[in-house]
Amino acid sequence: MLELKLNQLDFPLLSLLIFLPVVGAFLLLFIKNAMAARWVALVVSIVELGLCVPLLLNFDSSTAHMQFGENMPWIAAWNINYCLGVDGISILFVALAALLTVISIMVSWTAIQDRVREFMIAMLFLEAAMVGVFVSLDLFLFYIFWEAMLIPMYLLIGIWGGPNRLYAAIKFFLYTLVGSVLMLIAIIAVYFAAGHTFDVLALMNYKFSHTFQMWAFAAFFVAFAVKVPMFPVHTWLPDANVEAPTAGSIILAGILIKMGAYGFLRFSLPFFPDAALAWTPAIMVLSVIAIIYGAYMAFAQTDFKKLIAYSSVSHMGFVTLGIFALNLQGLEGGILQMLNHGVSTGALFLAVGIIYERTHTRQIADYGGIAARVPVYATFLMIITFSSIGLPGTNGFIGEFTILLGAFLHYKPYAVIASLGIILGAGYMLWLYQRVAFGKITNAHNEYLADMNAREVVAALPLVILVFFIGLYPNAAFSVMHASVENLVQHVNAKMASAPAVTQMLSTVVGN
Amino acid sequence: MPTLYQQFMQSMMPILPEAIVIIVGLTVLVFDFFIEKERKSLLGWYSLAGITIAAYASYTLMPMSGVFFGGTFHFDPFATFFNFVFYIACGLGILVSINYLEVEDIHRGEYYALMLFATSGMMFMASAGDLIILYLGLELMALSIYILAGFMRGSNRSNEAAIKYLILGAFSSGIMLYGMSLLYGLAGTTNLSGILAFLRVADLSNPVIFLAMIMLTVSFGFKVAAAPFHMWVPDVYEGAPTSVTAFMSAGPKVAGFAVLLRVFLYTFEPLREHSTAILAGLAVLTMAVGNVMALSQTNIKRMLAYSSIAHAGYALVGLAAGGPDGAASVMLYVLIYAFMNMGAFGVVIMLRKAGERGEEISDFAGLGKTNKTAAFLMLIFMFSLTGIPPLAGFIGKFYIFKSAVQAGLVWLAVAGVLFSAISAYFYLRVIMVMYMHEPKESIELSSAPSLALALAISVTAVIVIGVYPTDLLNYARASIAGIM
Repeated sequence: MLELKLNQLDFPLLSLLIFLPVVGAFLLLFIKNAMAARWVALVVSIVELGLCVPLLLNFDSSTAHMQFGENMPWIAAWNINYCLGVDGISILFVALAALLTVISIMVSWTAIQDRVREFMIAMLFLEAAMVGVFVSLDLFLFYIFWEAMLIPMYLLIGIWGGPNRLYAAIKFFLYTLVGSVLMLIAIIAVYFAAGHTFDVLALMNYKFSHTFQMWAFAAFFVAFAVKVPMFPVHTWLPDANVEAPTAGSIILAGILIKMGAYGFLRFSLPFFPDAALAWTPAIMVLSVIAIIYGAYMAFAQTDFKKLIAYSSVSHMGFVTLGIFALNLQGLEGGILQMLNHGVSTGALFLAVGIIYERTHTRQIADYGGIAARVPVYATFLMIITFSSIGLPGTNGFIGEFTILLGAFLHYKPYAVIASLGIILGAGYMLWLYQRVAFGKITNAHNEYLADMNAREVVAALPLVILVFFIGLYPNAAFSVMHASVENLVQHVNAKMASAPAVTQMLSTVVGN
Repeated sequence: MPTLYQQFMQSMMPILPEAIVIIVGLTVLVFDFFIEKERKSLLGWYSLAGITIAAYASYTLMPMSGVFFGGTFHFDPFATFFNFVFYIACGLGILVSINYLEVEDIHRGEYYALMLFATSGMMFMASAGDLIILYLGLELMALSIYILAGFMRGSNRSNEAAIKYLILGAFSSGIMLYGMSLLYGLAGTTNLSGILAFLRVADLSNPVIFLAMIMLTVSFGFKVAAAPFHMWVPDVYEGAPTSVTAFMSAGPKVAGFAVLLRVFLYTFEPLREHSTAILAGLAVLTMAVGNVMALSQTNIKRMLAYSSIAHAGYALVGLAAGGPDGAASVMLYVLIYAFMNMGAFGVVIMLRKAGERGEEISDFAGLGKTNKTAAFLMLIFMFSLTGIPPLAGFIGKFYIFKSAVQAGLVWLAVAGVLFSAISAYFYLRVIMVMYMHEPKESIELSSAPSLALALAISVTAVIVIGVYPTDLLNYARASIAGIM
């Protein structure tokens, strides 16, 4: 039974993490100068990232309980509380969100010239909402952040996006909103069914009737599946990712789509375990379709960003496959893969953004042979490509391997088909790299391409480090999440025999 | 021993707020003779002061509660709550009018007097304990607004709006009177409590009772702009002066809901089973018509007209849900709606300059570049109307749908959220045009301190209620205790 442990620090760190970007955004309202606006946003986001250090250092990974707890009544008449806390799962995403926001602001330094101040305000509001989603332990509060996120993201795509941005922005907004409103009804139904409470921890312990679980799970599922995005509701992602500015794509692929999977972990599985088991076969099928179909579509793309978007669909298929394997390996692998995908896809969009700023084209055919001209960039792109493929030694390998391990324990045929996705992934990513970096220079403007400058290297470096750090020392991430995931597995299926910790199995494989 | 005068004053206390509003309205008519044309805005500020004093009177009289004037007048927290909403609608209505009337060159003193009379009519509607008072309040409100709708005498559209509203309004009044006469014939009384007492013991299989209920539903459905009685709304909203449209979309609609709540949740309580079905059906139809028709509008006033139909639909969901929470959700909703809708119309009025209409959605193109403040305000109001947190519109809708689920009307709540997802499309289109289209030419906005004040109040309310609704929520819930 999970409980909210009181904040181990003297000050409300989680609230600070939510409200620091909001304060930063308000500060920006009074700053007219574009360069000053950039610096303020950057400093705020770096301080935010800095605040994640005490969060991680003081985090007790030996327990599954919620930590750094804050709880205050907010709307007493509805029994709504301002209740925050993190466990081993959410803390990783808070840190990832903070990191990717810094990188997004750095990569927008020269790419965004129009309405810089407004752009930075939107970024900071987005960051606040993202952190809010991961630390909320009250369903109502969670929903507020979940929906509020749509506003800055819609504006980011719609104002600073590509030529087809209007269509992409509205499509993104409507898809997510329609999914979310059904969840809102389910949230209200949960509230009444469980005796007038939105308290996530109380709801985790409440036993809902089977019929209720089936319906409520379905409603939550729609919201989260759109966000992940799962096949067949994935079509907004390629559009939104392609049209969004680089910063928007990084956040979208790095954090936003993780929220769907996070929703499964935090709400769907603990609240409705029976329904989750019942729905698992269907979700497994959808996951496998997403893996294969996403990879298949990625092969056909001529647009750099669209290819990455479809690869995201494929990779997120692995995540849902792992989560719904409903065992320790699958879940830990799924969570790690979420993290990995945030790092590697964030880095891939960063790579596209860097080159797009120079050439203003995303067509893969317009590149070729650039490795000789921009060696640093080509190396960066290669590392990220390997990470995305899942080459041993990089983070991608650990995640996919663990997921397949988990899926194989219970759902062998799915695991076998899913592993085809890895081969396909290697195919389209290497082919992409070959077309971009190798061969002859066919396009004249690639002759004088400038290599990555210092700012871009600084933005890319943390991601490269993470690729190898997680790849070589996955225990760093596994040990943080382990207690929480174990608790989740026990909660979902008390009968399931406690499997040996995945980290031990891995250590024999990786030789760690 | 109090003197006769003291006794008289004592007995008049319950209608003190209404009396203040009417007296201010009458004095506006008198002062109008002495104020030259250029300084008519003084009358606006004077009316605003009157509204503020009336609000203060309502506030000080809040502890009082009871039935007065032979059972025809309720002074209860329920009525007071609605009075505050009317003060807000009228006050914001006056603030957005002052500059607009100047621009349209129709600045005449009667305008403010009519707004005050309409407001007092609404106040009587919310307090009515008797069908006769109810009807008198309604006609006082309606007649004033017919004139206001046609206040631009030189404009064909304004005249058309007034005529259309008058004819259809008269028709709906006729239906209402017919329904009331049937009720009187059955119950032998026009008193709402008397009718309730009759219905408690009556044989409910009598079809005449349902006929009466349906007739009242139709006529109040007309006032709150519920489908299928909404046909007048787009034309009247488009044709009337924009400031009047703003007032109309908040005031009479809210008054209609005040009456619907009192009549359906109090007087017609014994008919609950049947009325729920009717109201739920009306709600779905109204949400569908409002949201779907709004999708294809190119004129912002027509779009907001259909949007106001849609919002009546959401409020009807709360009414269908019934119970203390259903009623409180409707009350909170109409209050929030008044703020956000007034705000949206306020921005529309900013675009109105002499010589340009500024009523097409395309006129908003590039506003995000040319006037950041106006565009940002409109953005807030549009997201709030869509119901996106953390803005007030979300809190309002959340409470409505929560009440519906509580009452077992899950299907109605699902319909409501789906329609509100559809509504995102047309509200977002305004944002899209403002921020994502290039400005056509340099737009100069009309701005005046009064308009700025109205917008500042609205936007503050929309944000504050969205983030911290607790106190208002508790107040709405406490206010309903009197009649349930």
